[in-house]
Amino acid sequence: MLVVVCIKQVPDTTQVQIDPVTNTLVREGIPFIVNPYDTHALEEALRLKDRFGFRVAAISMGPPNAEATLKKALALGVDEAILLSDRVFGGADTLATSRVLSEAIDRLNRQEQVGIVICGKQTIDGDTAQVGPGIATRLGYTQLTLVDRIEKFDPFQGRITVRRKLEGRHETVEAPLPVLLTVVRELNRPRYPTVPMRLESEQATVQVWSNQELQLDQNGIGLKGSPTWVSRIFSPQREKGEIVGDGAADPAGAAHLLVDKLVSRDLLVV
Amino acid sequence: MSPNPKLFAVLLLLSASAFVIGCYRRFSLVALGRPEDRLDAPGTRFSRMLRLAFGQQRVLGKPFGMNHFVIFWSFIILAAANAEFLVSGLAPQVSLAALPVPLQHALLFLFDLVSMAALVCVLVAFARRLFFAEPSLSSDYVKARSPEAFLILSLIALLMLAYFGLHAARIAAGIEDPAAMPVSAFIAANLVAPLAIDPATLAVWSWWLHALALLSFLAYLPQSKHMHILTAIPNCFLAGLERPNTQPREEFTRGGRFGAGRVDEFTWKDLFDSFSCTECGRCQDACPAAGTGKSLNPRSVIHALKTNLLANGASLRAGDAPPQPLIAASETGAGAGEGSAAENAIWACTTCGACMSVCPVLIEHMPKIVKMRRHLVQMKASFPEELATFFENVEARSNPWGIAPTERTKWHANLQVRPFEQGKTEYLLYVGCAGAYDARQKQVTVALAAILDAAGVSWGTLGKDERCCGDSLRRLGNEYVFDRTARDNVSLLAERGVKKIVTQCPHCFSTLKNDYRQYGMDLDVMHHSELIAGLLASGQLELKQRVADLGRLLFHDSCYLGRHNDVYDAPRQALTAATGSAPAEFARNAERSFCCGAGGGRMWQEEQEGERINLNRVKEALQQEPDTICVSCPYCLTMMEDGLKDLQGGSVRVKDLAEVVVEGLRA
Repeated sequence: MLVVVCIKQVPDTTQVQIDPVTNTLVREGIPFIVNPYDTHALEEALRLKDRFGFRVAAISMGPPNAEATLKKALALGVDEAILLSDRVFGGADTLATSRVLSEAIDRLNRQEQVGIVICGKQTIDGDTAQVGPGIATRLGYTQLTLVDRIEKFDPFQGRITVRRKLEGRHETVEAPLPVLLTVVRELNRPRYPTVPMRLESEQATVQVWSNQELQLDQNGIGLKGSPTWVSRIFSPQREKGEIVGDGAADPAGAAHLLVDKLVSRDLLVV
Repeated sequence: MSPNPKLFAVLLLLSASAFVIGCYRRFSLVALGRPEDRLDAPGTRFSRMLRLAFGQQRVLGKPFGMNHFVIFWSFIILAAANAEFLVSGLAPQVSLAALPVPLQHALLFLFDLVSMAALVCVLVAFARRLFFAEPSLSSDYVKARSPEAFLILSLIALLMLAYFGLHAARIAAGIEDPAAMPVSAFIAANLVAPLAIDPATLAVWSWWLHALALLSFLAYLPQSKHMHILTAIPNCFLAGLERPNTQPREEFTRGGRFGAGRVDEFTWKDLFDSFSCTECGRCQDACPAAGTGKSLNPRSVIHALKTNLLANGASLRAGDAPPQPLIAASETGAGAGEGSAAENAIWACTTCGACMSVCPVLIEHMPKIVKMRRHLVQMKASFPEELATFFENVEARSNPWGIAPTERTKWHANLQVRPFEQGKTEYLLYVGCAGAYDARQKQVTVALAAILDAAGVSWGTLGKDERCCGDSLRRLGNEYVFDRTARDNVSLLAERGVKKIVTQCPHCFSTLKNDYRQYGMDLDVMHHSELIAGLLASGQLELKQRVADLGRLLFHDSCYLGRHNDVYDAPRQALTAATGSAPAEFARNAERSFCCGAGGGRMWQEEQEGERINLNRVKEALQQEPDTICVSCPYCLTMMEDGLKDLQGGSVRVKDLAEVVVEGLRA
């Protein structure tokens, strides 16, 4: 069985600033990182590999420099890394992206049966959380989003039970394979690469698939296949804060004032 | 003068064979270690050996040190007497009696007095172990090993008693001159004669007793911890000449193994160290981890290496996997025991170097711990979970907290700070991660900037281009990432044409100054205490007033400034110049200073075992009733402030020395 992990290279958003004039992200000199949620997806795939001996393939759609992200996945132990890179994929929204990723997964499925696809719950640059569900829809897989624990997994019965982390509650769901999971940070603690693995990954090759391999209709991918247009990006103005009481001179009084304020605004229920 | 040369020859042959085989067994194991050059700079090595081995410099630094000094020199002097004993045992015609009478008398006189001195010192050593045990001698570890110590002491005592018996008998028989041997003569006159002991019988019995004690000692020596009498002197010659915190680089090539996860992944010198340890326990007494109840005991680490080597030697020589693991996951789990170091012990080290600074035979404990960390991090990716965040932060954003590199210059938002420019700026102020990001340490950076400006020093920074120096990475064993960090930094500093650097952090200071030398960078790196002391002494920095508002100042030595780089005087001189009087001292100060608990990457880990090291140190500080604890390191600053909060230290505050000096600039 093949486990596929979808990962994305994203700008380190703690360092991203928005150009006040053009309203676009200032990407110059900003380092790229692996989307943090995807590191948990990757870890879960590697744990399935450790437990059941499944092969793991990591795929990523992006420009050629996204190879660095896939090298990191190789250093952690994935068996195969595929970069989906082509100019015609560029400018894609979540719909067009999910088409390319689905086609790649389908292509992998023709070589070895795919049982589970794992994605991070969302990326930290787009924050839509749509690509994972989009892939599941296109491939006809059961989609289990916001997974924070795999409760039971029986590859022979072809069933999986997961816990989903919802607002204020958890939900346990069972589904038949193949499934697509989107995962949250609580799922696991990502491993750290060993040096021998890092050195091996420096030599390992990342396969690059262009549309030559995928043969997708150009009207459904890239900018052309993207119905969503970003009209404007801006930083919301943050209202000035307010100093409540005098914490240094009268901490108890300041705490009282703070609690009253929070209660009066319905932010705290007494 | 042997009663039976043939029988003696047989016994000597047996004993010498046991000695040679025992030595071969152990020393051939040393050859299993990786290669390492320890013969460079022979002159420096030789003079250090004279000072430490023959001069017993560190031994004398402790109570009862003189006792060991006397036993050591007695052994050396009596080696001549014992050589004569062995030779004349085989060939009775060859003996001291063949020498001219004045020389013979002089030697006998010397041997007689030295034997007495040795006997007295052995008795004192007995008493010390029995009645005046220091903490390191009363631990469970030593209790288990004490019978061996008593056996060795008894053998030495027996040798001396037999020596006196033999010579007293000879004096009584009129063979030797009583004038030459006051102690033996005293025994002859007061014991042999009054008790009517037959001198001939006494001579034979004493001779055989001496012979058997000497031969047993020879045969037993290679099996015992007394082996140190063979290894200690060469070990003092072979010990590292580099700063103790600077471990060798690793070559990162595919198929390599990194760090030490097996005993044969240490160098031969590491293995030789393990045979040089006499288990005196100075390292244990000095260690901040051992002293606060953690599982780390530097002495046990060295002992584990020896035990592991002895247990695995045969398998390793045969090319098989060693049966006894070197690193045990826990102190009680699989593979735990005498021959292994537990992971939590390995992570407890603050790399303060106290163990190495007290070891009388220059054993290098801390680098071995770092080598095992290198194995754990690099080969197994196994480390305390807090460190995962630390490693990721440093790798992704080049600072321990993972704050954006763009915020590195925020500390001088309200100041005029110039970028370093080649040819125009004299000093690069290497701000350091704490100096740039830590809210409290930023105040120190601002104070330092004010001092430099007031003295008219030409300085600049690398601004947002500055990176983490990699100190914690290296001490934590993440050599791969350190290596990349160091290469990047060295090329950046070279590219910018930096020649002189001033840092406010002893960890940046030591890393830039010592570790980067391994990367071909040899710059003039100064700690701010050195620069400030110099500026004050030369009059370039003039204070407007004496600093008085900070009250009684107590100075805490940073390990990486003091012990690792021998900078003890500069911070004290700066404080004396600023306040008009020398700062108060901790009971444990300068070379004996006690770590704050944050070095060696401990800053980024939880401290769950035993007493917190910083609390131990702050308690010690409060005994001196200071108003201000003065530090010279960002880690010490954090640890002292945290400790004061926990202990409710009242109005006592912590200041970096730059913050003390800057007070003097106020009009």
